[in-house]
Amino acid sequence: MTAELCDLTASELSERFRSGETTPSQVGDSCLARIDAVDADVKAFLSVTSDLARKQAGGGDGKSEAVAGIPLALKDVLATRGIATTCGSKILENYVPPYDCTPWARLREAGSVLVGKTNMDEFAMGSSTENSAFGVTRNPWNLETVPGGSSGGSAAAIAAGEAVWALGTDTGGSVRQPASLCGVVGLKPTYGLVSRYGLIAFASSLDTVGTFTRSVRDAAMLLSSIAGHDPKDATSLPEGRRDYTKDIHGDIKGLRVGVIEQAFGEGVQPEVSDAVRAAVDRLTGLGAEAGEVSLPHTDYALSAYYLIAPSEASSNLARYDGVRYGYRAQGAKDSVEMMSKTRGEGFGDEVKRRIMLGTYALSAGYYEAYYGQAQKVRTLIIRDYERAFADYDVLVSPTSPTTAFRIGEKTGDPLAMYLNDVFTIPANLAGVPAISIPCGLDSNGLPIGLQLTAKVLGEPALLNAADALEKDLAFSAKPPLIEAMA
Amino acid sequence: MSTDLETVIGLECHVELDTDTKMFCGCRNEFGGEPNTNVCPICLGHPGTLPVPNEKAIDYIIRIGLALGCEIAPNSLFHRKNYFYPDMPKNFQISQYDLPICVNGHLGIEAEGELRTIGITRVHMEEDTGKTAHASATGRIHGAAYALVDYNRAGVPLVEVVSEPDMRSAEEARAYLNELRAALESLGVSDVRMEEGSLRCDANISVRPRGESELGVKVEIKNLNSVRSLFYALKFEEERQRKAVEAGEPLRQETRHWDEDSGVTSPLRSKEYAFDYRYFPEPDLPPLEPEGARIERIRKDLPELPAARRRKLEETYDLPADQAQLLGSSSDLYAAFEATLAKVEVGPRMVANWVINHPRGPAAVVQESDAIAAVLQLVNDGTLSALKGKEVLDEAVESGKSPVQIVEEKGLKQVSDTGELGAVVDEVIAENPKPVEQFKAGKEGVLGFLVGQMMKKTGGSANPKVAGDLLRERLSGG
Amino acid sequence: MPVEIDVEHVARLARLQLSADEKERLREQLGLILEHAAKVGEVAADDVPPTAYAIPRSNVLRPDEVEPSLSHEEALAGAPEVEDGRFKVPRIVEAE
Ligand SMILES: [Mg+2]
Ligand SMILES: [Zn+2]
Repeated sequence: MTAELCDLTASELSERFRSGETTPSQVGDSCLARIDAVDADVKAFLSVTSDLARKQAGGGDGKSEAVAGIPLALKDVLATRGIATTCGSKILENYVPPYDCTPWARLREAGSVLVGKTNMDEFAMGSSTENSAFGVTRNPWNLETVPGGSSGGSAAAIAAGEAVWALGTDTGGSVRQPASLCGVVGLKPTYGLVSRYGLIAFASSLDTVGTFTRSVRDAAMLLSSIAGHDPKDATSLPEGRRDYTKDIHGDIKGLRVGVIEQAFGEGVQPEVSDAVRAAVDRLTGLGAEAGEVSLPHTDYALSAYYLIAPSEASSNLARYDGVRYGYRAQGAKDSVEMMSKTRGEGFGDEVKRRIMLGTYALSAGYYEAYYGQAQKVRTLIIRDYERAFADYDVLVSPTSPTTAFRIGEKTGDPLAMYLNDVFTIPANLAGVPAISIPCGLDSNGLPIGLQLTAKVLGEPALLNAADALEKDLAFSAKPPLIEAMA
Repeated sequence: MSTDLETVIGLECHVELDTDTKMFCGCRNEFGGEPNTNVCPICLGHPGTLPVPNEKAIDYIIRIGLALGCEIAPNSLFHRKNYFYPDMPKNFQISQYDLPICVNGHLGIEAEGELRTIGITRVHMEEDTGKTAHASATGRIHGAAYALVDYNRAGVPLVEVVSEPDMRSAEEARAYLNELRAALESLGVSDVRMEEGSLRCDANISVRPRGESELGVKVEIKNLNSVRSLFYALKFEEERQRKAVEAGEPLRQETRHWDEDSGVTSPLRSKEYAFDYRYFPEPDLPPLEPEGARIERIRKDLPELPAARRRKLEETYDLPADQAQLLGSSSDLYAAFEATLAKVEVGPRMVANWVINHPRGPAAVVQESDAIAAVLQLVNDGTLSALKGKEVLDEAVESGKSPVQIVEEKGLKQVSDTGELGAVVDEVIAENPKPVEQFKAGKEGVLGFLVGQMMKKTGGSANPKVAGDLLRERLSGG
Repeated sequence: MPVEIDVEHVARLARLQLSADEKERLREQLGLILEHAAKVGEVAADDVPPTAYAIPRSNVLRPDEVEPSLSHEEALAGAPEVEDGRFKVPRIVEAE
């Protein structure tokens, strides 16, 4: 079978652009056609910007930047000037930003082609994309299952060939977990490496912009064009621009790989553990040295996260009050009632739950016991990583304890849902980079993801290791939905 | 019998900094302007936007801290102060909490002839809110059907200066506010215009039996739009609280609103449930750790403060206290005084008089200082009378001619020649026998009348001092 | 043991109008979540400093230079209600 253009990697496409074999317009049309064909089922997109995509694809034919002409999808948490940006929430249903987020501004400048904005859990709160005000996104591997979340729309779009790559955001695993469940590559960079300007904040000290791609090399390519200092974000790191594809050289001999002890215990689907362990053997087969490493405070990371993230969110989401933009409830007799009603009607259950949780954790008399203690745990998590990285270059674990679960399976039990992120959350607390790559399928034919974690700004080693493993695993399965089209 | 009560006052002053741009975005920081024209996604609190602090504002607050003798914290943090109000775009204010930039300062004041030092608890950085107009006949909240919000002021850099509860009277509070205003003005960091809101002040006041160390029931007074209203509001509130205590009536801890027209304070809102601002570190803003070099650079650039100026005016220039107070408290007047003094050889008191009474204001003094210096010189050496001097100055400014030239062209030169004036003296004595008799009988005051007659006869060109001396000489000698 | 929280009070602080059903559900769910979250108190000793920022930075400042603002129209474009060039809101009662 010959793959359609929309199923190729960005690296392959940019090679074809260079040789003149293919044009960006052809690829753009291929993606738009795929969206037409599958998105009624997958529901990855909240809006499809076909006119813009055609215009940008036509104009990008001459551009030399690596990302030029490659169709891109953006999670609807990223502000796009003149294009509705809803964050999956009724409260922002009609919100059209008057400015662009920095990552998209950079990609647009470099000739990128935007095909649309993708569905997500409301305000990025969730692990299944079931919390969107605009419907559930489905996993292309099995439409009865969730794509993961909160960037489920972006992950599904890449798995289904509706775009060649996508941006998402990762606050506690929202790029890596859906990437894992959808069988694509998901990179969460070091905190502050990619500007947060225009990323609609969930938890500011944890939020990162990440990438969804079909290969590690593509992740390096996309990262290269969005990373680097931005004066508009005071937490942006001073690092300059860098070509991360140059860090990929194929050699991992002597790489010290730490296998995280705590990530193979109770609650982990055995097929997931087995696939990840098998992948570790592949790494050692390539010349890496593997050993067990302990991150002793892993158990507490989830608790700390579910205090810190909602606390920051309760404050970040205070601005949605029906005064300056967005939804406003009708019939209120005064401003207090107008705001309360607007927020009561405009936010969904999970968002309300976290706002309440965060408000409580910050309130007088409880701050020290909850938020204050959580911040201390954060210190302990950082120390765990520091000790681990003294001995190892990268750490290995499953990305998610399980493969994709059925739609509706966990919606009634917030705690069970929160456990999805138990292996991804620690990296956000410590600000370190991590990547999820597919490493096999379970007996139901659902993808299994493996997570590699590196130290702060350890992207070069992380991408090189992930690329080597990816090539060795040669995971090439496609969702049945796509196979059926060929 | 009435107990001996003591009044305790502390002030919280908010100062808008005079930077070019707002605290966390590049919008213009300017007073007035069409509503919602100096706004951007950041200061409107649009989703996804982030604050980046204005370096100039940080320099300014350090300057204020140093001028107030504060310690500059080696590590300070922005916090979010969370509460909902339509004039706050994010529904939290970026402010500071337990780690302000400046702490432990003091300000010397003089009230009712007594010198006192008032402690400064802290000076911290925050952002201003927008402005809300209430649509009702009076513009007050009460009875309004709806409100309209303008965010031009939202995000303007605001410095909060919190004093210790060290003041014991409305007079001291007034002196403190005046002194703080003068100090801020001398630093060039703010317009400090209370009528435009670039300096705002809330007062905390309580009374307690003298000798008691615990504070009494604290009342916060808001809406103090001038030094005058601060003074009268505190006077009123002090009286109200004293009466209540003496009558054995309980006081409530509350916020009260000063009504300028009726001259009373009234409860603004009850603090039935205390506000819960849920402060936490602003995750979008890394800590401030001012480097020693930055602090030293700012310290070196500190101008002379009002207190030092006044000391210099009184001690070096021997000016009376009221003139020193006036000149020392205004940078413009002080600069005008110094600029003029440097150009003349006349005494500082004379220069001070001219500067303080200059009809076109202190800025004009600096501009006209060459002409002023020339006129002063002419007045000082007796060539011109003070009155004529003012006229010559006006003309010099208008025409661009030099005062010396004007005096010559118009023949304004004062007659000090005793020979020339001698004839006039004789005439005046001959024409005014009665006053002459009175003077001879010891009525000294009549001399002024006779000098006046001399001025009349000479068309104002006689030097009044020389004329007086001549008259006296003739009349006592004759 | 699940944590008991005053849902009414927290909802008022958060400006969230909740139905009776929602309040009941939240009382129960938040109680359980907080019971789990309270584990943070078990490990963090007094001598552990808190971490507020993933990666430490300091003194990130911007020069005091004017940048373009939004046009008046852009600024008001998304507003639910506008009058006289300003954002219109229902009356503000004193006891905010
Ligand atoms: Mg304040
Ligand atoms: Zn602005």
